[in-house]
Amino acid sequence: MVQNIIDVRNLSKSFDISSKEPGLNGTIKHFFNRQTKSLKVIKDISFEIKEGEIVGFLGANGAGKTTILKMLCGLIYPSEGSILVSGHLPFRRKENFLKNITLIMGQKQQLIWDLPPIESFYLNASIYDLEKFEAKKRIKKLSEMLEIDEELFIPVRKLSLGQRMKSELLAALIHEPNILFLDEPTLGLDINAQRNLRKFLQKYNKETNATICLTSHYMKDITSLCKRVICVHEGAISYDGKLNLLLKKLSPVKEILLVCRSEKDATKLESSGFTVKNKIKNEITLKIENNSITSSLKTILNNFDIEDLFINEPPIDEIIGKVLIKKDYDI
Amino acid sequence: MNFKKYLKVYKKFLHTSLASELEYKTNILVDLITAILSLIGSIFLLSIFFQNNGYIGGWKFEQALIIQGIYTILNGITNTWFNPNLTEIVKHIREGTLDFVLLKPIDSQFFISLKKINPSGFLEIILGFFLLLFCIRINQINFNLSFLTLSLITISCSICILYSLWFFISTTTIWFVKTWNAIEVLRSFLYIGRFPLNSFSFSLRIFFSIFIPIAFITTIPSEAFLGLSQLWKILLEVIVATVFLITSRKFWLFALKFYSSASS
Repeated sequence: MVQNIIDVRNLSKSFDISSKEPGLNGTIKHFFNRQTKSLKVIKDISFEIKEGEIVGFLGANGAGKTTILKMLCGLIYPSEGSILVSGHLPFRRKENFLKNITLIMGQKQQLIWDLPPIESFYLNASIYDLEKFEAKKRIKKLSEMLEIDEELFIPVRKLSLGQRMKSELLAALIHEPNILFLDEPTLGLDINAQRNLRKFLQKYNKETNATICLTSHYMKDITSLCKRVICVHEGAISYDGKLNLLLKKLSPVKEILLVCRSEKDATKLESSGFTVKNKIKNEITLKIENNSITSSLKTILNNFDIEDLFINEPPIDEIIGKVLIKKDYDI
Repeated sequence: MNFKKYLKVYKKFLHTSLASELEYKTNILVDLITAILSLIGSIFLLSIFFQNNGYIGGWKFEQALIIQGIYTILNGITNTWFNPNLTEIVKHIREGTLDFVLLKPIDSQFFISLKKINPSGFLEIILGFFLLLFCIRINQINFNLSFLTLSLITISCSICILYSLWFFISTTTIWFVKTWNAIEVLRSFLYIGRFPLNSFSFSLRIFFSIFIPIAFITTIPSEAFLGLSQLWKILLEVIVATVFLITSRKFWLFALKFYSSASS
């Protein structure tokens, strides 16, 4: 049986937030008499993550995804509840725990700006107590996987965003961590760079069985990497389960565009009892439930003269967008 | 603590920061010229103060040069280590890059205090030592082992006090986010350390001994250098330095509990 590597129970986090009224008066008031109030940003959440799982955290901006990730890796102290990551209390930041995890943030960088990435890699290797030979071996392996052999010797400031992100990944993975926390790792990258990064993460997960917790606003990251998603809405978990179940639940029908041999066939199909979205000349779009697609198509193809057909999946961003604004999903 | 590992990491710090700085040759050259001009300017200013009066606060010009020498060494250390690293703490906290430091299996205070060096500060340290050697000659100081030990102890204590004060102020960034001004005030107070403590009024002497211990930073090491210091003063400096170091360490560990990281 696969062990739980992350165990979160009734976790809450509150921050003291100060607010300011607009204008000069507001600024003066804010300077002399700052009003702060405690804001609960994470509200009593519980979940487990198994070893080797890739879990996507979904939520609107400010929903609390990054705060959860930062509590899991020990950067922020929880206000209430318990977290156990790989058998450790993360906020104690013990050496054995830190050697097992890594955090990659798409919008922040740890590489030394004026030097080639290889210098940062060797610095990290010495911090993680790696021998030079071992470090060299790992850099070679990871740079081949990430396809950045040549970029290792070019100053970071001269690298493209995609090359920098790959180098950031290498710097963060040189100690071969078991758990990866990725906070919007593909932020700002072009489509090809995003795809390469996702391919690398899939390969890394397959080869090392590392657990990956990922937040991203790019739905392609989530759909191609995560089987399971945790949706966060205003600091609480609104859905925790398989991504395909969520998609089926939120989008129970598919749209099928059928090109009939003649307009007559299309008219006949229109009156045959299927739900019709629209009909233009010999083209007709039907709405068919996911669980009856095969049987419905069989009936249509047997009884009508069809020239061509297209199955339109509803855009995933649109479906997930519904999750981000809703409080609860019972599936 | 694994000293071998820390030594290895520090060697890497030295290597990477030297390599980074050497990327900008002109900047280093300008820094070196500034260091030389700054020392010449300071000695010139000191000589103006002593022009009409042979003594200030009981100190002759030749003796006051020792304070200038110690100040130059401390300023060199400040420019080599404290300035590039401790001012960066504010940036780390404001921009949230402290996250990377805290997630490394290494002491975070060690990392943020020593990661960078500015090689141009070395020149100031060397100039300060040369000035002190010159002072040994002109003040006809008897150079022996106990003199050397006491001088080294007091100068080391000064470095610890200065570091702790600076680190303490930078740590408060965790709550106040911006503390540049406080650091600038500290640097300005350090300039006062170029003059003997006795040259100030009684109330200022109390202020610079208790609240901002500038007196401990330059005057006591200079007295030790001249063989004028009483043992209790040196002991007091050792105690103050130890208390400051421990307090800054405890304060850092306490402050980290309140670190909320920058939003993404």
